[in-house]
Amino acid sequence: MPDNRIKSHPILIDETTASIPFYWNEQLFHAKPNEMISSALMAQGVTVFRHHVKDKSPQGIFCANGQCSQCMVIANGLPVKACMTAVTPDMKIVPADGLPVLPQSNPAFTPSKFQRTVEIEVLIIGAGPAGLSAAVQLGNAGANVLLIDDKNQPGGKLVLQTHRFFGSKQAVFAGTRGIDIAKKLADQVKNISNFEIWINSTAIGVFEDKTVDVYRDQKEVVHVKPEILLIATGARERSLAFPGNTLPGVYGAGAFQTLVNRDLVKPCQNLFIIGGGNVGLIAGYHAIQAGIHVAGLVEAAPYCGGYKVHKDKLARSGVPIYTSHTVLEARGSEKVEQVVIAKVDEKFQPIPGTEQVYDCDTLLIAVGLEPVDEFYSAAKEVGMQVYAAGDAKEIAEASAAIFSGKIVGSEIAKVLGKDVPEIPAIWKETEEILKSRPGKLYEEYYPEKQEGVFPVFHCLQEIPCNPCANVCPKDLIFIDEADIRHLPHFDLERIDECIACGRCVATCPGLAISLVDFRNREGSALVSLPVEQDNPNIEVGKPIQATDIEGRILDEFTIDKIKSVAGLKDGTRLISFEAPVELAKRISGFRIIEPSQAQAFEGEPLKPEDIDDQSYVCRCERITAGEIRRLIKAGVRDINQIKAVTYASMGACGGKTCLNLIRRMFAAEGIPLAEVTDPPVRPAFVEVPVKDFVEMDFKEGGQNAA
Amino acid sequence: MLHKNYDVIIAGAGSIGTPTAMYLSQAGLSVLVIEPLASPGQASNKHAIGGIRATHSDPSKIYLCERSIDIFSTWKETYGDDIDWRAGGYSFVAYDEAVETTLKSLLDIQHQMGLNIDWHDTQDILALMPQLDPVGLRGGTFSPEDGSASPLKSGFAFWQKAQQAGAEFHFNEKVSDLIVENNRITQVRTDRGQYACGLFINAAGGWARQISNMVGIDIPIEPDCHEAAISEPVQPMFNAMVVDIRERPGSSNFYFYQNPKGQIIFCMTPYPQVWGNRRQNSSSFLPMVCKRLVEVMPVLGNIRVRRIWRGTYPMTPDGNPIFGPVEGLDGYLIASGTCGQGFMLGPGTGQFLTNVVLGNLTSVEKDCLHKLRYNRSFDSKELLK
Repeated sequence: MPDNRIKSHPILIDETTASIPFYWNEQLFHAKPNEMISSALMAQGVTVFRHHVKDKSPQGIFCANGQCSQCMVIANGLPVKACMTAVTPDMKIVPADGLPVLPQSNPAFTPSKFQRTVEIEVLIIGAGPAGLSAAVQLGNAGANVLLIDDKNQPGGKLVLQTHRFFGSKQAVFAGTRGIDIAKKLADQVKNISNFEIWINSTAIGVFEDKTVDVYRDQKEVVHVKPEILLIATGARERSLAFPGNTLPGVYGAGAFQTLVNRDLVKPCQNLFIIGGGNVGLIAGYHAIQAGIHVAGLVEAAPYCGGYKVHKDKLARSGVPIYTSHTVLEARGSEKVEQVVIAKVDEKFQPIPGTEQVYDCDTLLIAVGLEPVDEFYSAAKEVGMQVYAAGDAKEIAEASAAIFSGKIVGSEIAKVLGKDVPEIPAIWKETEEILKSRPGKLYEEYYPEKQEGVFPVFHCLQEIPCNPCANVCPKDLIFIDEADIRHLPHFDLERIDECIACGRCVATCPGLAISLVDFRNREGSALVSLPVEQDNPNIEVGKPIQATDIEGRILDEFTIDKIKSVAGLKDGTRLISFEAPVELAKRISGFRIIEPSQAQAFEGEPLKPEDIDDQSYVCRCERITAGEIRRLIKAGVRDINQIKAVTYASMGACGGKTCLNLIRRMFAAEGIPLAEVTDPPVRPAFVEVPVKDFVEMDFKEGGQNAA
Repeated sequence: MLHKNYDVIIAGAGSIGTPTAMYLSQAGLSVLVIEPLASPGQASNKHAIGGIRATHSDPSKIYLCERSIDIFSTWKETYGDDIDWRAGGYSFVAYDEAVETTLKSLLDIQHQMGLNIDWHDTQDILALMPQLDPVGLRGGTFSPEDGSASPLKSGFAFWQKAQQAGAEFHFNEKVSDLIVENNRITQVRTDRGQYACGLFINAAGGWARQISNMVGIDIPIEPDCHEAAISEPVQPMFNAMVVDIRERPGSSNFYFYQNPKGQIIFCMTPYPQVWGNRRQNSSSFLPMVCKRLVEVMPVLGNIRVRRIWRGTYPMTPDGNPIFGPVEGLDGYLIASGTCGQGFMLGPGTGQFLTNVVLGNLTSVEKDCLHKLRYNRSFDSKELLK
């Protein structure tokens, strides 16, 4: 049996061992304590979790986030989401092939474990960056707060983020890794009185009597009646329809990060990524850190929409980045084996003859996020006092979500009449700056100086980020404090004061600073670069291929030194090597992976109608783009009618994946969305067993009495 | 500005309006359907759970639903579209003596109407639905010719066939006024235009009263909220619609079935009734309805609830619809107040109303027209709601 657990990682340390026995198809497997079924299975090489009832097609994970329901398995006789259900000792798990057989034994009804109705001042849904920081503000203001989260630990998606955060050091822990920010925020809420957190507890709906039902601890449904509701539910990943898009091994970048960074499972050997936004770029970097080969990344736009420093990190590592390219198809039988890509024209249409085929065993979809805002809309409709913060309000970086939660938390405290100071105007400005998209791009530029020692910034794009300006012990690095999107500058007038400590190099979240030391050398300089890899090839005396900012190889050098940076104990090290003076400042990284070679594309590309008929829009009901496009072309403008005819969005997930795709199909057909009617979103947000809604009246002797 | 002249204008593309438009246009009449929502069946029709039965206690409803069953059960062979018709039968189960007595007392009239329904003892009922709680089960009725179909697929099919026969549908358009000349409705005004018609059919369901008030005819139709739930799909277990008419705190009737996809659809009649056109669900529904489900079929405690929704029953005081013309006002036909049975009454009613319009009524149909007239006393009660 394959062992896909990550034993060594440059950032993450996990001391737990897989000690919980369970059975997959009667074969003995082992899970770590509290591990989700999906991760435990993938750690042992299982990628196909079930076969779809409609056409027996293989299904694996897709969101790994409790949203999509694609990863259903039968655990101890009951259908469950593998990504949201922890393995229990001796659990018997089988694939959900076809329709499940309902257990024919009566469920046990036991007295309620929890109080069934809870009244509270503030209910916060979502313990991610926004929810946690709002809770801190509200708790400190003396509000009575209940924070719920569907996962088994607070932190939201911060727990997947092994990279250092951008943003403002003063405002939002910039320069600290997401995983560590999660711990800091969780520690802050622990110290608050009047505060309660329910983990493993999913909000399932907002009701007309201003009640939010919560599936508490996945055991009982309780009614929560808050005075004020705060939606901090974050975002979900957008999907993409293309032939082969539901093959096991094709899944979201968030799912990948969950496996690799939260659960330390290495789910694949050879990854391909669709989407050059921050999510896709970061996922690629996380893959490399986990020792996974990244075969390539496609981005339909002429440039990557994510931060340039993230793109550069990947490019320098040796990942081919194909802008103005799209995915044509994923190929494979029980699992993805190849991806076909092609160049696109200015209208994003594939150009025949430009097809390339790459081998890959996993294909990540990273084509953007959308707010999880259905609770917000529902609460508005029933007239609740409701607020939203973080990605649930507007998609932005997690640093912005932290700040958004802080502001909204303070606003709610004010509304509740708590004695809190006025919200400083600067907070709003900071929030706006943190939310901002990548800005102006500057030409490559290097100082002319060729003496002394100083940092070189390979940071050419305006993004909200300032850790480097805060870590210099000699205050030699400056970023405009009024607007941290401006580029950093080193004070060359005071070059003699630089002590070559390397803190700026190690702290930069973009790994976009090198240190160049011209002292005591003839014709060469000592270049120091940050490294966040546990790679056997990165060793003193071994060669490395140094690259420029775009990943072009400049030359090969021998590693002189590898050292940690004083005061930084979270994984980043510096490697140093000697390079000729004329190259030294241009060196911004080094190649880690050997680029993949494309296979020849044989045969004819698929015709548009074939593409449509092999691309799945609704995963739950397996409805193709073709079925939906035919209705749109026939004049259907009400998505309710598409539901009625095809049952798209009526599966387990309730349209969380497909509705956005359907709207985009209308747009692609040239129909303004103002002419399209959206369907209502109804409870339940997730499927909940009937028995867990029932509160039995218990007579003496423990007899059930309905 | 007058846009166009139609033989018939129908307000409402719902359970009644859509199949009626289909039969009228198939009969060669020019038909316009005006619907405020974006597509057919979006108000109450799509909220129906899909049950179709002729086993009522009122002869006119029995007659109309039998016609509907004829249409639903032969739809696929006639037109080719699968509307998920299945003759799974209805079973009213008795767990107490009062229910047993009520159910048995209705059998005579049901047999007189030629319905295929009989009383079955506990073992027979358990053979049909082995998952029923056997404790206290006294038996029940079973009517094998009743069944279910998909309201979503049926509504779409009726709309398509109506269009193919030439009926026009104006969606996102609201009737704002009815113009009466010489005691006859001659024109319909909307927020988008004005149309002349030979006949105006009010098939606006829960909104029919407002429209009828435009011509000063008050009809006692009040929207009454009901909620329903659907589960995940599982392997088929039983076919019938199970009905439990005992009263429980917060509800009177409770009923459920397993649809052809394997999902359990279950709902209850709130008691006391909840009036209004509400769409947001109440937090008390699931705890109540799930309790009733496990009371009758405990193994269903294991199944997961997928979705809930809320729709309206256009209720009349006696639980029977209002179908027919109005005295002293020509060119007006009321076709509303189906009390939650619009889906099962729909196609049969469409044929019936077409006969009304064409003036060729059988004697049974004349009886229906009399029985369901708008100005009846409304003091009888439907016993099998």
